[in-house]
Amino acid sequence: MQATDPEPIAPEGDVETSGSPRWILWLVLLLVAAGIAAAAITRGGAGAGDSASGYASTFGGPFTLTASDGSAVTDKTLAGKPYAIFFGFTRCPDVCPTSLARMARLRKQLGPDGMKFAIVFVSVDPGHDKPADLGNYVALFGTPILGLTGTDAQLEKIKKGYGVYSAKVPQPGGDYTIDHTAAIYLMTARGEFSGIIDTQESDATAIEKLKRLIA
Amino acid sequence: MIGISSNALALGATIGLMATAAMAHGYRAGPLSIQHPWSRETAVGQAVGGGFLTITNSGSREDRLLSGTTPVAAEVQLHTMTMDGGIMRMRQVADGIAIPARGSVELKPGSYHIMFMGLKRQLRQGGRVPVTLRFLRAGNVTVQFAVQPVSTTGPMEGGHAGH
Repeated sequence: MQATDPEPIAPEGDVETSGSPRWILWLVLLLVAAGIAAAAITRGGAGAGDSASGYASTFGGPFTLTASDGSAVTDKTLAGKPYAIFFGFTRCPDVCPTSLARMARLRKQLGPDGMKFAIVFVSVDPGHDKPADLGNYVALFGTPILGLTGTDAQLEKIKKGYGVYSAKVPQPGGDYTIDHTAAIYLMTARGEFSGIIDTQESDATAIEKLKRLIA
Repeated sequence: MIGISSNALALGATIGLMATAAMAHGYRAGPLSIQHPWSRETAVGQAVGGGFLTITNSGSREDRLLSGTTPVAAEVQLHTMTMDGGIMRMRQVADGIAIPARGSVELKPGSYHIMFMGLKRQLRQGGRVPVTLRFLRAGNVTVQFAVQPVSTTGPMEGGHAGH
């Protein structure tokens, strides 16, 4: 390294030459941003008024899983009746039984209309929850609940379709627990996304969403 | 059994005799009082169960719930649960649950809870599960968890049943 280093000159020169059309770059960025915003607004508008928007029709999608009696259940099997679907595992002592019990309670509150939608519980723990175990588990809740599970690949597919996150977390002693999305997804009879029941929202709000689902 | 006051033993015996009565059950161990231990019924073959209770410390020193044992499960663990952007995360609590001086801690769904890992038998509605809780200061305290319907979200006793 020389003591008298003219180093700043060269970079500055570079910036000068390549920097001259900088305003064009900014204009392009601005246009792209405006385009994205416009697209989002259009899409949002369509989604609000029309359930057949791109989002609703790509959400969920085809899947194949196994019911507690060993039979295959697909999105086609469920078609024709709206359903509330959520994901968990039987060794989850907390949010899963709470959500299942809640759905059973909401169904009861709806009276005869309560049977106009199916309740579907998907175990994301196929290593532990065998179909028959899952059947015994959902039977605890005193209302028909479809307990489904599948191979890792089948579960990956439905998780991707519903935007569900789940991951095994090793515990001390070699065991594991599972972090997972807790939301309940409401799907129409045509298998289109209708809404979400969040764990935090009131039963009154959830009932309104269910009424809309089965209307 | 060191650390359990004669009161607690007497109360425990009373509770045992009145196990079928639908009344509140609580336990005392020194400055600690333990209210309404309850658990959810489990399905045949279900490997774990959850336990919930309220611990109140009337003393001037913090205590800690460290661990526990029960004949119905291979292991008793302390867990916490958090919701993080819609994702449920359950974690084992490594260093116990603090029971603050002149304060109380509620172990309940959606928060701190006890996990019965490796259940040796099904927990049936209406049954009781004996669990010996180990505290840093109060020592071992044996309580009975009331097994409630899976649909409950709180103790059925004490006037605020799960609904």
